[in-house]
Amino acid sequence: MIAFNKYYNRFNILSVSLVIVSLLLLTFKGLNFGIDFKGGTLIELRSTDSKINVSSLRDNLSQMNLGDVSVKNFGNETDFLIKFENNENKNVIEEIKKNLDKSFGNSFNFRRVENVGPKVSAELLRSGVIAISVALFLMLVYIWIRFEWQFSLGAIVALFHDVIVTLGLFSLLGLEINLSIIAAVLTIVGYSMNDTVVIFDRVRENLRKYSDIKIFELTNISINETLSRTLITSITTLLALLSIFFFGGEVLKGFSLAMIFGVIFGTYSSIYIANTVLVRLNVSQKTVLREDKN
Amino acid sequence: MLYFSKLRIIFITLISLLFIIFALSNLFNFDNKILNKKINLGLDLQGGSYLLLEIDNDPVIEQKLQNLTVTIRNFFKEKNVRITNFKLSNQTLSFTSDENSKQTILDEFVSEESELNPYYQRFKSHQLDIVEENNFFKVSFSKQGIINLKTSSQDQALEIVRRRIDEIGTNEPNILKRGNDRILVELPGLDDPMRIKSLLGKTANLTFRFVTNDTEGSFGAEKLEFEDGTEEAIVSKRIILSGENLLDAQPRMDTENNETVVTFSLDRVGAKRFGKATSTGIGKRLAIVLDGKVISAPVIRDTIATGSGQISGGFTFQSATDLALLLRSGALPAPLNIIEERTVGPDLGQDSINAGMIALLIGFILVILYIFVKYKIFGIITNIALILNLFILIGILTIFEATLTLPGIAGIILTVGMAVDANVLIFERIKEELKSEKNNLIAFDSGYTKSRTAILDANITTLLAAIILFFMGSGPIKGFSLTLGIGIFTTLFTVYFIARLLTVLYVSKNKEKEGLI
Repeated sequence: MIAFNKYYNRFNILSVSLVIVSLLLLTFKGLNFGIDFKGGTLIELRSTDSKINVSSLRDNLSQMNLGDVSVKNFGNETDFLIKFENNENKNVIEEIKKNLDKSFGNSFNFRRVENVGPKVSAELLRSGVIAISVALFLMLVYIWIRFEWQFSLGAIVALFHDVIVTLGLFSLLGLEINLSIIAAVLTIVGYSMNDTVVIFDRVRENLRKYSDIKIFELTNISINETLSRTLITSITTLLALLSIFFFGGEVLKGFSLAMIFGVIFGTYSSIYIANTVLVRLNVSQKTVLREDKN
Repeated sequence: MLYFSKLRIIFITLISLLFIIFALSNLFNFDNKILNKKINLGLDLQGGSYLLLEIDNDPVIEQKLQNLTVTIRNFFKEKNVRITNFKLSNQTLSFTSDENSKQTILDEFVSEESELNPYYQRFKSHQLDIVEENNFFKVSFSKQGIINLKTSSQDQALEIVRRRIDEIGTNEPNILKRGNDRILVELPGLDDPMRIKSLLGKTANLTFRFVTNDTEGSFGAEKLEFEDGTEEAIVSKRIILSGENLLDAQPRMDTENNETVVTFSLDRVGAKRFGKATSTGIGKRLAIVLDGKVISAPVIRDTIATGSGQISGGFTFQSATDLALLLRSGALPAPLNIIEERTVGPDLGQDSINAGMIALLIGFILVILYIFVKYKIFGIITNIALILNLFILIGILTIFEATLTLPGIAGIILTVGMAVDANVLIFERIKEELKSEKNNLIAFDSGYTKSRTAILDANITTLLAAIILFFMGSGPIKGFSLTLGIGIFTTLFTVYFIARLLTVLYVSKNKEKEGLI
């Protein structure tokens, strides 16, 4: 049996610091919102001429008065991603196409064009925030119905930890937040909850079984009993996610990366956060039996 | 938990077979109505354009209030009520009257039988709101009035958008209302979205009006620019003909001048008016105005009584074709703005399909190998369930002809990763039970029973997340939540029916064997 409980305090301090750092990052550095949430235009180009590079493309576009243009490679040397804030010009894509064809001689293929107006991006951001809030709220309701309040609190603290730290990491690395990241965050919420609930289920079962074991020891027993399941499921999920990350194409990179972070944090938090909340609230057999009577 | 009746086994086999057949029907072309179903590929996979259009209703509101000015004036003139100082600003019409007429005016506006201000019985609201202060009146559209106006302009705009897209002839366009002032257009497999965008972006309000000698700013005339920006002209506001009078419009090569023109034919009313205008106006210039810009302003040389004519204006064949198309399909009630556009080229779509399939295959193989190494014989059972899970999931998507997007494929891969969770929970539990229980059958039975709540909890939490995503998400993300959500049900089915059935068959043959799992 591994003595997970020996490190409860140390990891709690680590998690609290991680959450604080994440919140600071989110407040002061903020998130790198993509055009879905900020509005603007995105163009994915593929060139047939290998001599064209990011700087020649950037020089060309900067003469077009598009404002702040970002140009970078996307996946490989001949694919480019161009992003700029929305200017009100309706035919901007057509003009860029004409300009590029003139300067580089028809060597570009427009693979993807996305244009999100300011009104739509504000709506998407709002509905994304609502979606995550509703998800957290529903999880809260579900866990509140299923478990005693101490357990609910533990699960919710773990959940917030996972979401905040994942977003903090995105802020730190400057990774782009777009619609698929919202999907990833929601799936993380589901996954983290799932992981916590399985361990809690066991804690409650053991609480009923043993009256003489303190919660500090009892959580450790429960973690160990469910450990192989926790690991196997995390590994298979990570195998699936890594395969999306490496082979699923550029579009799914951000999504799978967020999920990979989320699964790792989710597994960690269900061991080191959810359980320590139970320990700190001094949950005992009475807590469970009282509920059973009701 | 370990008993299966014969009937049940047959039922499970049939269901599985059914879904497998549907899943496979994606690969073959069956000449059969039921088996002909296929999964739809989302725009991100097959390439195409997604456009969200917003109707700009402000000009319509202004126009309606402008027309109301005349109506109000005439209406109260008959009743001998004097109204002065009409002014229109900020979508509010204001005017003044005297103390004696005040009540007459207010009564007219708040009466449920009012001719000026229609009353919507259903919504208990008038079309217009009126406020009065010191004989100064302010009239504006009521909340319900605005809603009705938006709904009706959305209906009209939808019809025109549909006609324009049908004229271009793209395959299976999807044109839907969103809210009360938006229209969603999905155009699969479109190569050149720019043309569609420029066609949808034009109101196509065509008018024929005389060029006058009045000065700019005088009542009833306005200064308009030419389309090519080379010239300006003072044009009368009086409309001789409008696009509504057109029956047909076609591009044509005018062999005389070697120029592309748009020929048109008029309906009876239009032909009559056109004949009259061209007979009285010989020598004058007739401006052809499209969306506030003059296309051309030819001098009238002869009376045209045939009800047909032609528009020239330095067109290329493409621009003449487009103008004819716009004129045939009619004018939009209000300008449309494209507020969101997402276009994916067909080759990127194909790349995404390939990448998604490779990721699915590799993820699947990795998971299967890992599970086999971990559980041996029970790993094989889990893997059979996992493969069937994939087939059933694809089969369900096929039956409902659901739309598969790239995030949808990610959802399937994720399902593969998470689907083994339930079986892992069960097998780990059985292992624990076997430590204290020597009878295999009893240990397996209690393993299944005791793991049930955890499995249920785990799947409900994921399902909740998927449902929220489905209702809040848009386009591709919806596809993700769809596969993730359906995946939960197929997982539970394969775990509790297929994997359990195989487990039962194996265990009942090896009742006495030690270290079974």
